[in-house]
Amino acid sequence: MADLLPEHPEFLWHNPDPKPSYDAVIVGGGGHGLATAYFLAKNHGMTNIAVLEKGWLAGGNMARNTTIIRSNYLWDESAAIYEHALKLWEILPEELEYDFLFSQRGVMNLAHTLGDVRESMRRVGANKLNGVDAEWLDPQQVKELCPILNISDNIRYPVMGATYQPRAGIAKHDHVAWAFARKCDELGVDIIQNCEVTGFVKDGNRVVGVKTNRGTINTEKVGLCAAGHSSVLAEMAGFRLPIQSHPLQALVSELHEPVHPTVVMSNHVHVYVSQAHKGELVMGAGVDSYNGYGQRGSFHVIEQQMAAAVELFPIFARAHVLRTWGGIVDTTLDASPIVGTTPVENMFVNCGWGTGGFKGTPAAGLTFAHTIATGAPHKLNAPFSLERFETGALIDEHGAAAVAH
Amino acid sequence: MLLISCPNCGPRDETEFHYGGQAHVAYPENPNQLNDREWAEYLFYRDNTKGTFAERWVHSTGCRQWFNILRDTVSYDIKAVYPMGALRPDTTPAAPEGAAK
Ligand SMILES: Cc1cc2nc3c(=O)[nH]c(=O)nc-3n(C[C@H](O)[C@H](O)[C@H](O)COP(=O)(O)OP(=O)(O)OC[C@H]3O[C@@H](n4cnc5c(N)ncnc54)[C@H](O)[C@@H]3O)c2cc1C
Ligand SMILES: [Zn+2]
Repeated sequence: MADLLPEHPEFLWHNPDPKPSYDAVIVGGGGHGLATAYFLAKNHGMTNIAVLEKGWLAGGNMARNTTIIRSNYLWDESAAIYEHALKLWEILPEELEYDFLFSQRGVMNLAHTLGDVRESMRRVGANKLNGVDAEWLDPQQVKELCPILNISDNIRYPVMGATYQPRAGIAKHDHVAWAFARKCDELGVDIIQNCEVTGFVKDGNRVVGVKTNRGTINTEKVGLCAAGHSSVLAEMAGFRLPIQSHPLQALVSELHEPVHPTVVMSNHVHVYVSQAHKGELVMGAGVDSYNGYGQRGSFHVIEQQMAAAVELFPIFARAHVLRTWGGIVDTTLDASPIVGTTPVENMFVNCGWGTGGFKGTPAAGLTFAHTIATGAPHKLNAPFSLERFETGALIDEHGAAAVAH
Repeated sequence: MLLISCPNCGPRDETEFHYGGQAHVAYPENPNQLNDREWAEYLFYRDNTKGTFAERWVHSTGCRQWFNILRDTVSYDIKAVYPMGALRPDTTPAAPEGAAK
């Protein structure tokens, strides 16, 4: 039988054994780790580097997220970094030579109360000032863009309008990871799977190596991109992070004909929905309340988001849940990421993207690579330092950015 | 869904409770003497233990009382329930890997 099979296609990346030493080691082979390695190699010429992943490539939150990409955040610092990410999304398919189905189908953030309406209009104004495309839609315009949405007032929280970002959308997350991994591999980066970092080697306060289940690896620099496990790694390195890890769940239905042309998010009734290219309805909501590293959450969270979805989209009453799952998200108290230096010399951290870091992947990679290569933050990530929790210069995106994700 | 044994009401669904995060975080004894780093620790830094974690819950739709539990943050198993103000019970023979303290 075997001789009937065609030759195995080219592998997208190879699986080298770890070398004894590297110029930099990235811990975590999710989207952020891969993007960081890509920009280290491409923008800074650092190719003697490795990405260490304890499981399989991009099997963490990168495999589990609902792929919403948008940049309509309220505050200047956030708008700058997320809009930069969006601009990178627009050119990356060509740059990475990989069509990862980036689809700018727009994102709507619904308003259901007078408070929502006011905040939304304020955010549209702030977005415009920051060069982010944003519009306010009245309920009739909402209906025109997304005909399956129920805008009648026979529901508990009728739709009073929405913000709309036309350039926002979704992308195929696995393909994004594979696109970065292939380019990293081409540039000479070692992508090492099944390699768990279990500790660090330090010379005084300077990191000089990482301990792994595949031996100790010497390195000049370490970049942490471990999302939900960032606190665990920081603790191994001897410092603390203001992060709490929570389960975040999502679900998909069976495949349907295309019925949903855009992405709809509702902070107030707490659900967001898009339809994947294949046809599944993809839904998510907020985190489970408790801390958890279990990659699963409680079923009532799923039930509540489906109830909200059916009220907003009556035709979904006939759909079925095919599958639910959870990831471990690294939340901060101001709902903004931490990208910068750490109290340990030559160790850098990119974390705290929480429920919404997929969209940030390219900008996280770009700015974190800059930080690692030069030892100082890029202007886009400078405000997202660990020190902000001491100085009080928080970037409070809670609520201000509509729902997370 | 977690099944949580309220010390006053017995086992109830998680939906009757609200989460209160890490237990045993005392208000600073001398707030006026804290520097910015210490304030940051008190306000923004909490343990994020992978393993047995001491945390607070409140039985919001029942007796409305706060209490502490020890819960494994990987398996989500609840190992002990104990009153506010009591010391953390010693349930683990050896500290699990990655656990704080
Ligand atoms: C259900 C869900 C829905 C989401 N929806 C959206 C959305 O719509 N839009 C959006 O922008 N964001 C969304 N997010 C958030 C987004 O997924 C994350 O912010 C982002 O994926 C985090 O970066 P990452 O891809 O590098 O993380 P991950 O893919 O989690 O990568 C971290 C990696 O580190 C590895 N690691 C951990 N510890 C070690 C160790 N000791 N040694 C070696 N490797 C280690 C892990 O195995 C993992 O692969 C969602 C998340 C979830 C869970
Ligand atoms: Zn009770």
